[in-house]
Amino acid sequence: MISKQQPIVGTIRRTSARQRRTQLAGLLFVAPALCLVLLFFVIPLGMAFWMSLHNWPLLGKPRFIWFGNYVRLAQDAQFWTSLRFTVYYTLVVTVAIFAVAFPLALFAEKSRPLIKFYRTAFFLPVVVGFGSASLLWAWLLDVDSGLFSPAAYRLGLTDKQVNLLADFDTTFWSIVIMVVWKTAGFNMIILLTGLQGISTEVQEAARMDGASAWQRFRRITLPLMRRTIALALILSVAGSMLAFDQFYIIADGGPQNSTVTAVYWIFSQSFMSFHLGYGAALSMVLLAILVVISVVQLRLLRNPEGM
Amino acid sequence: MARSRKGETRRRLDILRYHGVGIVGAFLFLAPLAWSVLVSFKPSVEARQPPLPPWPTGGVSTQNYANLEQYGSGIWTYAGNSLAVSAWTVLASVLISLLAGYGFSRFRFPFKNVLFVLIISTVMIPFQSILTPLFLILTKLGLQNTLTGIVLVYVTLQLPFSIFMMRNAFDAVPKEIEDAARVDGASVFVVLYRIMLPLVLPGVVTVAIFAFLASWNEFLAALILLTDQNKYTLPVLMAAVRSGQFGTIDWGAVQAGVALMMAPCLVLFLLLQRHYIRGLTAGAVK
Repeated sequence: MISKQQPIVGTIRRTSARQRRTQLAGLLFVAPALCLVLLFFVIPLGMAFWMSLHNWPLLGKPRFIWFGNYVRLAQDAQFWTSLRFTVYYTLVVTVAIFAVAFPLALFAEKSRPLIKFYRTAFFLPVVVGFGSASLLWAWLLDVDSGLFSPAAYRLGLTDKQVNLLADFDTTFWSIVIMVVWKTAGFNMIILLTGLQGISTEVQEAARMDGASAWQRFRRITLPLMRRTIALALILSVAGSMLAFDQFYIIADGGPQNSTVTAVYWIFSQSFMSFHLGYGAALSMVLLAILVVISVVQLRLLRNPEGM
Repeated sequence: MARSRKGETRRRLDILRYHGVGIVGAFLFLAPLAWSVLVSFKPSVEARQPPLPPWPTGGVSTQNYANLEQYGSGIWTYAGNSLAVSAWTVLASVLISLLAGYGFSRFRFPFKNVLFVLIISTVMIPFQSILTPLFLILTKLGLQNTLTGIVLVYVTLQLPFSIFMMRNAFDAVPKEIEDAARVDGASVFVVLYRIMLPLVLPGVVTVAIFAFLASWNEFLAALILLTDQNKYTLPVLMAAVRSGQFGTIDWGAVQAGVALMMAPCLVLFLLLQRHYIRGLTAGAVK
């Protein structure tokens, strides 16, 4: 008995030593990633909160002021205007993106001649950066050298070349159209994966039972795509809540600061006026809003398909 | 007979409608890109006029591209900055996520799942909200206003996606392949490099494309973290040109800059489309 047990104990000890070694190896493999996330994400996150409790100028000593920045933020008219504008933009642009992307996905679903070409064409603006796309559209929207105003004038639609960026509504809708052009392809692909996940047998069976195309879409396609739609919706909402590039490059927040988004206001407070502490407090509020959206996202995604 | 002819007509109409919608749609999505590229080849004076028609009527010219040389330290400095930032971001993202993906897929260590979730969940936090502290940390490290600093930030922002991709890629490789090599006495790194790398190469390509596009196109962080004019990346430079920081806006030059920024993205996407779409749908399907 005893003589037999001896080697077993030895084996256990050896495995545990080897286990410790592989444990260490595993940790070493993930260490570079962990260090980066710690240094450039976790620590900055903690710092952002700490800074939001200070009056923190770029130069000179930060002064601890408790929740002073948050009190100030509550009375900051431009902040609330920006937040309201960002929410308004998010709602409008998300509806607009879906109104374009869903028909595109339905169009691009079946494999037919040239479908790969059409899909690629719809998708190409997605891979171009928001910076490039904004510069491109800033030019298209220019009153003298651009495309839209001169074209409308020459076609006799307007009696002079209208500066589209001089008025809130035309600026806003121009940017909405630009963003739809830039992101519809992305949402088309996401929705396409959902569409292709629905078995053709279900659709076929419904067709046999005499369901119309609209009924099939309404009663089968939409419910079965709930998760995909939720994902596309959340990505679009989160992305739009953080909009900055297009409003900064095309409109410079104008006319009269009417298109300053939440991120734009944080940027301008932190890096143009150098109220770093106040900017951090604004960031914390935006962060809280985005986390709530993400939690809702996870809830929606986790729920079983059937409900 | 009559019925089958009617069916035939209907089928033809259907095909016609399909291609009609397809062509109009494709035109609407491609036109702005084409307009910009075509105008960039007009002579400078002509490019100031409305682009009707968009193609150069007085002969093709590279004047707009040459004019980009006038801004700041010249376009090649900025293209070089952008290229360096993207190349290092791609390299570092691939290397770090390859190691981490392997670690999370094949090893057991304490808090493994917690750490994995921690890294992945950083996608929920918008980086726009931590830019001020990032600015201060990079200053402390002496990396503010350096390309190295911005590369580190970009790599960190890419990590959740990259590690998620790489862990899935490693998970899909049967354990037996590795065990066989291990029995033959190969070390961990030899196994990873010689045997595993070729098997997870599609994942690596996906990680690389996303890292390239993200770092090449990123605007806000570059705008904030690179304060010295000769450190600007292309989007920051071109936005400065558009805002009139270099005098009257030369729209021909701006479109030349736009074409320069778009070209690598379009070419890479067209070449590696499959890998890109896989990366896109990985998140959607999971």
